[in-house]
Amino acid sequence: MADPVILEMRGITKEFPGVRALEDVSIEVRRGRIHAICGENGAGKSTLMKVLSGVYPHGTFDGEIVYQGEPVAFGRINDSERAGIVIIHQELALVPELSIAENIFLGNEPRKGIAIDWDAVHVRAAELLARVGLDEDPETPIKHIGVGKQQLVEIAKALEKDVKLLILDEPTAALNEADSQHLLDLIVGLKGKGVTSIMISHKLGEIEQVADAITIIRDGRVVETLDIEHGAVDEDRIIRGMVGRTLGHRFPERSGTAGDVFFEVRDWTVQHPLSAERLVAKGSSFTVRRGEIVGFAGLMGAGRTELAMSLFGRQYGTWLGGTIVKDGQEIRVRSVPEAIEHGIAYVSEDRKALGLNLLDTIKRSVVSAKLDKVSTAGVVDPIRELHAAEEYLRALRIKAPDVEQGVDTLSGGNQQKVVLSKWMFTDPDLLILDEPTRGIDVGAKSEIYQIIRQLADQGKGVILISSELPELLGLADRIYTIFEGRITGELPAAEADQEMLMRRMAPTKGD
Amino acid sequence: MLFGKKGSLKEFGILGALIVIVLAFQIATNGTTLSSGNVINLVQSQSYILILAIGMVMVIIAGHIDLSVGSVAAFVSVVVAISMTDWGIPWWSSILLGLGLGLAIGAWQGFWVAFVGVPAFIVTLAGMLMFRGLNQLVGQSRGIGVDSEFVALLAGYLPEIGPDTGYNNPTLLLGLIAIVAVVVVELRRRARRQSVGAEVAPMWVLITRLVLVAGVIVAATLLFASGRPGTSFPHSGILLAIFVLAYGFLTQRTTLGRHIYAVGGNRRAAELSGVRTRWVDFFVMANMSVLAAVAGMLWIARSQAAGPADGTGWELDAIAAVFIGGAAVAGGIGTVAGSIIGGLVMAVLSNGLFAIGTGSDWIQVIKGLVLLIAVAIDVLNKRQGRFSIIGLLQRGMRGTRAADPA
Repeated sequence: MADPVILEMRGITKEFPGVRALEDVSIEVRRGRIHAICGENGAGKSTLMKVLSGVYPHGTFDGEIVYQGEPVAFGRINDSERAGIVIIHQELALVPELSIAENIFLGNEPRKGIAIDWDAVHVRAAELLARVGLDEDPETPIKHIGVGKQQLVEIAKALEKDVKLLILDEPTAALNEADSQHLLDLIVGLKGKGVTSIMISHKLGEIEQVADAITIIRDGRVVETLDIEHGAVDEDRIIRGMVGRTLGHRFPERSGTAGDVFFEVRDWTVQHPLSAERLVAKGSSFTVRRGEIVGFAGLMGAGRTELAMSLFGRQYGTWLGGTIVKDGQEIRVRSVPEAIEHGIAYVSEDRKALGLNLLDTIKRSVVSAKLDKVSTAGVVDPIRELHAAEEYLRALRIKAPDVEQGVDTLSGGNQQKVVLSKWMFTDPDLLILDEPTRGIDVGAKSEIYQIIRQLADQGKGVILISSELPELLGLADRIYTIFEGRITGELPAAEADQEMLMRRMAPTKGD
Repeated sequence: MLFGKKGSLKEFGILGALIVIVLAFQIATNGTTLSSGNVINLVQSQSYILILAIGMVMVIIAGHIDLSVGSVAAFVSVVVAISMTDWGIPWWSSILLGLGLGLAIGAWQGFWVAFVGVPAFIVTLAGMLMFRGLNQLVGQSRGIGVDSEFVALLAGYLPEIGPDTGYNNPTLLLGLIAIVAVVVVELRRRARRQSVGAEVAPMWVLITRLVLVAGVIVAATLLFASGRPGTSFPHSGILLAIFVLAYGFLTQRTTLGRHIYAVGGNRRAAELSGVRTRWVDFFVMANMSVLAAVAGMLWIARSQAAGPADGTGWELDAIAAVFIGGAAVAGGIGTVAGSIIGGLVMAVLSNGLFAIGTGSDWIQVIKGLVLLIAVAIDVLNKRQGRFSIIGLLQRGMRGTRAADPA
């Protein structure tokens, strides 16, 4: 009990019309700790952080916040930032066209008279970048650095504001393993320098690794707070708290009934859309059997998504060569309609930007990739459409009152089920699933795993792209590894482990 | 069918506003607003803007804009007038020529938008300048007359035929057809839903609704049918009704309609769902110019001449109608029915304000404010679920932005 309490939130209750998002939530965070907050999507984690940072101003919720020993009433984000509380959202708030340095000081530029003191900007930016371990020229535009580095810029920006309490909302959701590790190390390093962190994450392994205390929230209430000092906490313990039950097997059992090879890609070569010298796929060849889940492992930027999207009607880069063979015949897949016609479906990693029209209802989304199936002579039959949508609502257990519900109101897991429905509705033979469980809570994840396995058991081929190696090892039958656009290995999942995959995903010169 | 299911509440809001405005002017003008002469005049004089609004809402749903409609209408109509007057070709072939020219212009603009990728704002700004210039070049900035058959067809009224009932008989017939059509369509839809086990509203709800709708149609029919001799339901109104039904069906019930919404809602997601987004863009732009050609021809029929200033500012009236009708600037949202109501709100406002003696200066100020407030209410509604003045003031005082519940 050595560390003093930096933040105490007492009896926080926040209501939205018709929903009580938080109910009597109390949480105590001690100085110089990393405090994790876990909960399924919709449990109220983000709402709690918005209450804390002043996004929901004082007076719009009940309860009180005591920060550094004094009750505070933040009217807006600026108030909380002035007090040293900085929130880094899941969607980064950086301006792509501006440089790293300009972003760090945006809205807070050092001045000489009325002009910006650019010398000071650059000197201080360089210092801050050194502190977060980012080796980039401060004048580089944000759009030219990867998402992992952008996350570091966000932290540099927070440090510039003299942060005392750093709130990170899913900081590693979009990062690969190496970048995630770097970020976690940085947060631990900041802890040593007196910065307290509150971290929201779905990645339980990471929480286990860095957190000093864990608060579990379910349905807007605190289930429990676990202190690591009182003994280590394992993942199952956290999951039990989050979902209120013990999940059985996280991964469905393999049925081991893969059939013949029916889909084959030969010597697939694709050029980067912007730079002619860069190849994102270099003579890639692979096969998929009926009833088989084929995993693709690779670091971020290895070319997995690029390969998948170029196969799906050449939606990425410039095709240079290679053929697709399905059921023994070479097929022509030069556009998305041709891909759909040949029974190929692609579930994008970016569900909101590429997977859904957020203005649509569940019903309209489900049928949107194959409208002709519920239409006669170009006229949509509302009854057939309704039946189709209701069928998927039931089959995939999408949590919504009815199919007229807007997809923008659904949780991540349910949105993903809608996207899966949309592609299952096209009667595909091959489903390419790109990070199908990204940003989805544990309960929904295991349901999605069941769905994927069922699809394979129906004799469909599944290509599973994932950055989470346990997911690939647990779900796939066979795994290909990709490094810099080249397929570097092929392993039966049953014989593989994380280390074997990592070696092939990032081969060193000796390998 | 005409209302998108999700947007129905929003449109009922605008419909409510329209009814309130009509009733207010009805009182303020001592009953002239809803006199048969005035409603006939309203339809006759506003059909072309409403037809433009139909095309415009589709353009806006797809995420574009068309600033060229006034100039396109003017250019097409001057060519149509010249073809009748100077070249002496039959009036019906002039109409075909006008439609063809509209399609060609639309294809031209659609090509730049869809296949070259120039933003529609720029393409149609260029079109606005070019076709205005071409109108003056071809017409040499003079007034050009049109054939009387042309005027009779496009600016005429339903004829006086049949027994003397005190009303215009074809208008009565039209009203009867409308009532029968509504009843048949509603009953058939209900039967269809029942036969497949879908939920249906209780019979008394349906009957109440049908009685209400029929009542409105009867009242409107009698109003139009009792115009002074020689006037009745205008041909342009029939054309408008056909377009509203056809395009309402196209946008709500066909795959093409779905694709227009999909492209506007999320272009990349639509593309990855197999929508041929470029062709959708091409279609909405081409279609808009065809409708602009129709509007232009209606206009010169009514004014019996084509001139250099025709169509000035039409694009703004059409765009205003669409946004008052609930469409979103970012695309993906909007309906034909809503846009028509939006156009009627503007038309009734002008008409009523003028009738009570307001000058055109003030009419413009008021119309501008109405547009601003209508869209502001829409924006605020979206931001916090429900609009309330108190909520607005509270937020304004604290100076915070509203955030969505996560």
